[in-house]
Amino acid sequence: MSDTFQLDGATIPFEIGQTVMQAALAAGHYIPHLCYHPEFKPHGSCKLCTVKVNGRTAASCTMPAEAGLNVESEIEELNALRRTLVQMLFAEGNHFCPSCEKSGNCVLQALGYDLEVHATGFRHLYPDRPLDASHPDILLDFNRCILCELCVRASGEVDGKNVFALSGRGISKHLIVNAESGLLKDTNIALGDKAMQVCPVGVILKKRVGFSTPIGKRRYDQRPISAQALDDAPRQAAAAGSCESCEGTP
Amino acid sequence: MSKKLRIATTSLAGCFGCHMSILDIDERLFALLELVEFDRSPITDIKHCAPCDIGIIEGGICNAENVHVLHEFRKNCKILIAIGACAINGGLPAQRNHLDLSSCLTEVYLTEPGLAHGHIPNDPELPLPLDKVHPLHEVVKIDYFIPGCPPSADAIWKFLTDLIAGKTPELGHGLIKYD
Repeated sequence: MSDTFQLDGATIPFEIGQTVMQAALAAGHYIPHLCYHPEFKPHGSCKLCTVKVNGRTAASCTMPAEAGLNVESEIEELNALRRTLVQMLFAEGNHFCPSCEKSGNCVLQALGYDLEVHATGFRHLYPDRPLDASHPDILLDFNRCILCELCVRASGEVDGKNVFALSGRGISKHLIVNAESGLLKDTNIALGDKAMQVCPVGVILKKRVGFSTPIGKRRYDQRPISAQALDDAPRQAAAAGSCESCEGTP
Repeated sequence: MSKKLRIATTSLAGCFGCHMSILDIDERLFALLELVEFDRSPITDIKHCAPCDIGIIEGGICNAENVHVLHEFRKNCKILIAIGACAINGGLPAQRNHLDLSSCLTEVYLTEPGLAHGHIPNDPELPLPLDKVHPLHEVVKIDYFIPGCPPSADAIWKFLTDLIAGKTPELGHGLIKYD
């Protein structure tokens, strides 16, 4: 018998050790998020998943679930905050969706759509961030980096290679490659690495496959990220039997 | 019946793709023309903006003339709408923003192969380029934004009909897009 907390009026069961985010997704309730990924340790940096817990704001991806908590997420006050965060991320980098091969499969873009963000409203910084095209199979386009550290976590925790790291502080913070030359070609990154699969935006790209999926058939063309994220999340054991996508899988 | 709303449109540092999308609302243009009439616009070829209810601007700001036209629109339009990626974040022209303007002009007009007698255009009638390309909201107050490159005809239709009906325009999944 597990304990429960309240999320926007719904009763959410949880197991000891789960975070508010993990329990909510497992129970089929979406909380917007960007740097959180179910396979990695929570990072708590993007703040998109900020909720109100008993009236105080907290990042739901790092907040441990506790019995009796009153959690609010789907309220205008928090969605306004989330919109501003997305707008600031767009203004800080060089995000030109029409010429980005990640467009349609991009988490940042999909969050903007879901939160009905029509424009950044901020002064754009247009930073100068040269590409790293040194690797024969992989392109790094730092213009789009949002510093979520998913590639850093994947390369360290799963691949055991530590190819990526963040360097610098504040506005100078940026993604670096762990090689003496600073170039990707001088690392042991491989196409099959987890770090190749987790970039939510268009920084880490496999060469020569761009724009292969036509507009209308890309990941977020057909369904919004709020619906997609629930399908991707690990679900409660009770619900697993009714998971359509698992049926017929050997 | 109440007076028709007056709409003005223009393209600044844009490609007229958003205007093509406005034309793409097809036969619904007739329904729109029951509610509005066009002032300055490539559709009417009127050269200067008279007082209007709604101004729709495509493209960002890349030269001195763009700034002048944008101010003319802001002065005359009660509601100003930025339409398309370039008006909203500078778009493709803004991809020169991390480069020095003179090095861009040198590359395009002097050092590019096949430009033996090239020179940087300096006719006094040409508007001077700005050192950076700016989204519209960095120069004047913008009331609404319709994202897309270009926004679809359906998105433009939904946005304008919401606005004309006095509702806060919403696009929703499928109509809101940045590419």
